[in-house]
Amino acid sequence: MRDWIGERSRALKPSGIRKFFDIVTEMDDVVSLGVGEPDFDTPWAVRDEGIYSLEKGRTFYTSNAGLVPLREEICRYLERRFKLSYDPRKETLVTVGGSEAIDLVFRAVLDPGDEVIIPEPSYVSYAPCASLAGGVPVTIDLKAENEFRLTAQELEAAVTDRTKILVLPFPNNPTGAVMEREDLEAIAPIILEKDLLVVSDEIYAELTYTGKDHVSIAGLPGMRERTVLINGFSKSHAMTGWRLGYCCGPAALIKEMTKIHQYAIMCAPTNSQYAGIAALRDCDGEVEKMRTAYNQRRRFLLHAFAEMGLPCFEPFGAFYVFPCIKEFGMTSDEFATRLLMEERVAVVPGTAFGSSGEGFIRISYAYSIDDLKVALERLGRFVRSIRAEAGK
Amino acid sequence: MRDEILTFLEKNSKADPAELAVLLGSSEEVIAKEIREMEEEQVICGYHTLIDWDKTGVDKTTALIEVRVTPQRGQGFENIAERIYNYPEVQSVYLISGGYDLLVILEGKTLKEVASFVTDKLSTLDTVISTATHFILKKYKDDGFIMSKKDKDERMPVTP
Repeated sequence: MRDWIGERSRALKPSGIRKFFDIVTEMDDVVSLGVGEPDFDTPWAVRDEGIYSLEKGRTFYTSNAGLVPLREEICRYLERRFKLSYDPRKETLVTVGGSEAIDLVFRAVLDPGDEVIIPEPSYVSYAPCASLAGGVPVTIDLKAENEFRLTAQELEAAVTDRTKILVLPFPNNPTGAVMEREDLEAIAPIILEKDLLVVSDEIYAELTYTGKDHVSIAGLPGMRERTVLINGFSKSHAMTGWRLGYCCGPAALIKEMTKIHQYAIMCAPTNSQYAGIAALRDCDGEVEKMRTAYNQRRRFLLHAFAEMGLPCFEPFGAFYVFPCIKEFGMTSDEFATRLLMEERVAVVPGTAFGSSGEGFIRISYAYSIDDLKVALERLGRFVRSIRAEAGK
Repeated sequence: MRDEILTFLEKNSKADPAELAVLLGSSEEVIAKEIREMEEEQVICGYHTLIDWDKTGVDKTTALIEVRVTPQRGQGFENIAERIYNYPEVQSVYLISGGYDLLVILEGKTLKEVASFVTDKLSTLDTVISTATHFILKKYKDDGFIMSKKDKDERMPVTP
């Protein structure tokens, strides 16, 4: 029989997280700091709306781009929270999580050989999705000394004549880095000059701790018409399993993405769409409560790292911290593996998010303070023991 | 800062100032001072422990009593409320809008104890016109805490 696997798929690297997942699920008594989703339940008002929509028998397809009332609510929300103005009918598409929007935009935009700039460390799906769409991922290794923000120099050095897209993954998973207004203003002239499309993945936009609201690059002069904004309900409203996201952008591009979405997906889950309306309409207070809790945990972890002498820049977004483990002379993978085997704490090696994550580990704080205390005690013991080992 | 301290303490009164200082991004001295001042000002009136007595061998009976009263000239409901809330077995007394005037929450050891409070003490007060007693059969949620909630983490242990 023939080998059915195609070359493009075969060339994709398996996810660096898979290995840890397999080990962890085989072990007992593991305290995990490895999840990339909220520990909170979806707010009850949202779940209740989902239940109600099922009771009412709303179990049919919606229009391809999503329920109009949901798209209107999305646009009202973006206006209210981030001062962004989009047309719900022409510039908004409801997707199956933010993930689908990432896939769609690459497929709609890229021709073979087009380059996509991806700052790393970052979420695992940009490069594979770009490759599958025929594009060529070009990574920028972000630096700890810049707090993992993208600088104008770094961007300029990565752009070539073939560059078509810049992915902007901020607030960032796994580093927790944010790009503030002045950081965005610094890179905007290059984007304009080189005529790039920005794919701005702002799925963590609600989770920033700078004291100021998240700023979208789409809000900067001249950027709206060259930006596809991706957001969703997973992180902000603790709705990962509902698989509901959206993107907004120039009408022609959204139309093209909707065409692909229509053939590949049809529409986002109807039940989730109805629940999403309630999420955006009624849950600003719940989102605020979650953000406050995350911020307390973030401070707790930074304090604990300072006490154990583990260097870590202060991250102002998402729900991750990204401490540096270079002093131990191990790779991120070795460190994470030994931490798991010796103290039964699961973290994700920074290299799972790109080679520039070497020397770092991702720790999620989507856990209660009590859980974090247990995990940090174990991590502290581990750090002391390998320091003692090295001192011998 | 006060609001943040109170919001946290309301759900977890066991947190000490050192821990709170870390979580709220302040110093232990500032937090301790604020708490002390709020205790003195009776913004913080006490620290309670939420107990599910059903899980213990101790019997408790809780009743909600609707009380209709005649307000007194110059006193309104103050006097009668005081007469009622001074009984130690009375947990709470609220002035209520609607079909009756005072809502009294009463905790006793037995049904008989609660019944005798209502008949002997409450109904015999001059200004009390009528009472309606509702016994609590089961507590599903108390002070914001869901009694039967399971707390198992069902997320996949490692996800991107």
